[in-house]
Amino acid sequence: MAGSDFLLEYLPILIFMGLAAIIGIAFLVLPTLLAPSNPDQEKVSTYECGFEAFDDARMKFDVQFYIVAILFIIVDLDVAFLFPWAVALFNPELGMDRDFQIFAFWSMFVFLAVFFIGFAYEWKKGALEWR
Amino acid sequence: MTFAGIAFWAFAISTVTFGLLVILARNPVHSVLCLITTFISVAGLFVLMGAEYLAFLLIIVYVGAVAVLFLFVVMMLDVDFAELKSGFAEYLPYGVIVGVVLLVNIGLVVAAWQLPTDPQLAQPYLTGAEMTANLEGPNNAEALGMVLYTDYIHYFQIAGMVLLVAMIGAIILTFRERKGIKKQNPGDQAARKREDAVEVVSVQTGKGI
Repeated sequence: MAGSDFLLEYLPILIFMGLAAIIGIAFLVLPTLLAPSNPDQEKVSTYECGFEAFDDARMKFDVQFYIVAILFIIVDLDVAFLFPWAVALFNPELGMDRDFQIFAFWSMFVFLAVFFIGFAYEWKKGALEWR
Repeated sequence: MTFAGIAFWAFAISTVTFGLLVILARNPVHSVLCLITTFISVAGLFVLMGAEYLAFLLIIVYVGAVAVLFLFVVMMLDVDFAELKSGFAEYLPYGVIVGVVLLVNIGLVVAAWQLPTDPQLAQPYLTGAEMTANLEGPNNAEALGMVLYTDYIHYFQIAGMVLLVAMIGAIILTFRERKGIKKQNPGDQAARKREDAVEVVSVQTGKGI
């Protein structure tokens, strides 16, 4: 294989990034060029169902959204640790030692046991249920 | 300059620029958006160094989860940023102390750092020959998998413990039981029979039940 193949595999991603940037910028720039614009006080002021705006868009809201997000991040990280294990461990091309593989296998199970302690806790506690 | 070289400089410049904008932007929402762009640029740098798995981890974990959580907090939470900034002069001495300590730390690292004399090692991205070698050897995820669960087992298990602490900590800090809320119980719903709920009655004309 040629040397630049490694980066060439990322070429579609680069093209898509470029396209996304072009389209995003075009949607911002074209209206300023094409659309008629004659703003006045009433047009550009905040509109909320015919009333003056009552307050800020920021507000207090349920902490449960955060629990879901934080628990998602933790599971996300656990999966990140699982992935190299799944890819590398029993791949014959890497030529790893049998003892080594078995050790790594159980090493992950200890890790997962720790994870499941936390998981059982959050399940029993009811943090996964929406209420 | 090769394609990899051009890509390296583009990502490097965008990393530094957006990193600066994170702290210079007036609007905290813009700061977080710049932070996301910085993460993506760094992911690009990781790819150029051949660390594909780390690059995508950065995008999945940091951009996909952490930065979105930041954005969520900054955009939605009831925080008056003008009020937060009003205490600026009061906290300035402490901030300066922390900043100086960090600066000294960075200075020590930079002072102790020696540029590799071998030009091959000094180059921050892979050349064509190195990429070919990369394709034949184990890829990034496999290389990690070969050492993470055995040679670095302690760090790996400690990471597991830290995640457990984070999980339990998040629940203890934020979770509270709510009383008097009607919850759906799927088991009860499935166990319910037609006879418990519906009765067929033949009603005669002109009379009640």
